[in-house]
Amino acid sequence: MKENAQRILANPKFQELVQKRSAFAWTLSVAMLVIYFGFILLVAFGKGFLGTPIGSGVTTWGIPVGLFTIISAFILTGIYVRRANGEFDELNRQIMEEAK
Amino acid sequence: MRSLINRVGAVAAAAGALIPASVYAAAVEGQVQKQSTNYEAIVMFLIFVVLTLGITFWAARRTKSAKDFYAAGGGITGFQNGLAIAGDYMSAASFLGIAGLVYTSGFDGLIFSVGWLVGWPIILFLVAERLRNLGKYTFADVASYRFQQTPIRTLAACGSLATVTFYLIAQMVGAGKLIQLLFGLDYVVAVVIVGVLMIAYVTFGGMLATTWVQIIKAVLLLSGASFMAFAVLYKFGFSPEALFARATELHPKKLEIMAPGALITDPISAISLGMALMFGTAGLPHILMRFFTVSDAKEARKSVFYATGFIGYFYILTFIIGFGAIVLILAPDANGAYPFLDAAKLAAAGGKAAPGMIIGGTNMAAIHTANAVGGNLFYGFISAVAFATILAVVAGLTLAGASAVSHDLYASVIAKGRASEHDEIRVSKITTVIIGIVSIFLGIAFENQNVAFMVGLAFVIAASANFPILLMSMFWGKMTTRGALLGGWLGLLSSVTMLVLGPTVWKDVLGNPAPIFPYANPGLFSITLSFIGIWFFSITDNSQTAQDERKAYEAQYIRSQTGLGAEGASAH
Repeated sequence: MKENAQRILANPKFQELVQKRSAFAWTLSVAMLVIYFGFILLVAFGKGFLGTPIGSGVTTWGIPVGLFTIISAFILTGIYVRRANGEFDELNRQIMEEAK
Repeated sequence: MRSLINRVGAVAAAAGALIPASVYAAAVEGQVQKQSTNYEAIVMFLIFVVLTLGITFWAARRTKSAKDFYAAGGGITGFQNGLAIAGDYMSAASFLGIAGLVYTSGFDGLIFSVGWLVGWPIILFLVAERLRNLGKYTFADVASYRFQQTPIRTLAACGSLATVTFYLIAQMVGAGKLIQLLFGLDYVVAVVIVGVLMIAYVTFGGMLATTWVQIIKAVLLLSGASFMAFAVLYKFGFSPEALFARATELHPKKLEIMAPGALITDPISAISLGMALMFGTAGLPHILMRFFTVSDAKEARKSVFYATGFIGYFYILTFIIGFGAIVLILAPDANGAYPFLDAAKLAAAGGKAAPGMIIGGTNMAAIHTANAVGGNLFYGFISAVAFATILAVVAGLTLAGASAVSHDLYASVIAKGRASEHDEIRVSKITTVIIGIVSIFLGIAFENQNVAFMVGLAFVIAASANFPILLMSMFWGKMTTRGALLGGWLGLLSSVTMLVLGPTVWKDVLGNPAPIFPYANPGLFSITLSFIGIWFFSITDNSQTAQDERKAYEAQYIRSQTGLGAEGASAH
């Protein structure tokens, strides 16, 4: 196990995997935080905007903004899982193979 | 203690003003009237019980090793686990509480739903796969990976048990009251039924039974809620605009229900609440345990994807159901009567309908809506699903509590890793029985108390103690036992202290005129304190053990990234 670990650490593909995956994960995390805290700050400071009706109806901008926040959470997880279970796992498989 | 409990009871009425706390809990607030026996609901609930006990019997025969007991043998698929996670999350609290909040305040309900959901992507991006690669049965496995076992496991077990206990009390009291209302059963009978069934599921069927009970309930709840939302939209030709227009006509707050209201007033409260909801989710022991039931990191990721989808969909449904409640409950029927409003209150207000007049309290909004769209049979179905929901959630909580005692305290701290698997499972089963009996007594003891704040407490503790040590242990190589220990305790104690001194407990529960700590949600402060504590007490630690712990990070790091040496699924 210890030798495997050393071989993994020395493998440039491992550095590539870690770098790419971390950068991707943090980017998506920041995107989620910006969307969420953007929504919360709108609630705290932009009540007027969220309470403005769209067109002549009673549906306000708050409804699509809230829905967008919910749906974006789902889409961001989908984007991450797609790349992590495909590209990153393939890279990981190669690393594990080469460490044997 | 006695006088404390009396005082708690005396001000339970004040809970109405505490929207955030009441949304946390399943609770039907204050005293409730026992209703006439609801046979449809009881029959449907009995079908659920028979089915789940059958599953428990099947699971018991397949549960032999510790891995089977704690982690369902690691053989749950990503999709199944996604449903189970969603099931743990879609408690009666979120279903009845959020629908009730939308019914009284409209848009504000959406703010909560969003806060509860956005923790999931963060868990996926930063926590899920490392957790799966490093852990075995409990999150303490990960938090203590390269540290001294005794102090860190003790801390993690205390954090877990505190979270589980407060959550359980709220669920038990909520269960008793809800069942009194829905089934017409005695409070004590209801609490005993919940306690006995959860003991049966967990002791005999372990994680496998607990997971399947949760999956079945999630499917029932999602189907029932889908039907309700569909029926509400159908009445308005599938035009949300028409639904909102009618709701704003009927609701006394008129157009205000379409905009953010009084729920969040200042940015500190808003951010603090958001942090507690988000990071609390990532620190709930019964949720974290679910990541060990799948075979590898790939399935763990998939489970979060499915869970986020189900939970998001469910929150959209509850929003529609809440508006459905407004248009169905606050509008007179063909005879000009309001069947779901309290006649005396309605008469006192001169026949002008208001949300607060609803029979059984605002948390009953979704249940009455079920009756209005689907008649008695569907009302019975939704009531049975609400009961099943509580049952499934308490089973998951009990298993998490029992694992903290048997796997962390008994096997690692007391027996120093020398306990046999057989002994460990036995301790776990005994603990389950004890937790079950204790929670029956606590449920009875707290019958007339306001327990809504306890779920808030559970979330804040999870966010301030469990989450920081878990996250830092995985991400920060310079962390040491001392840092984890002091930072973790700092988060645990500061969150409890600030919550007790804050408006929810100090003012509303204990009846003091003004709170000592101004914010209802201490998350922002206690989470920050915990992280600072971990950082400061780690970097100033230059002992030999600290050096060794830092060196051990490399191996942990490789395993967390690649899954080298990670727990697999068991052979059968």
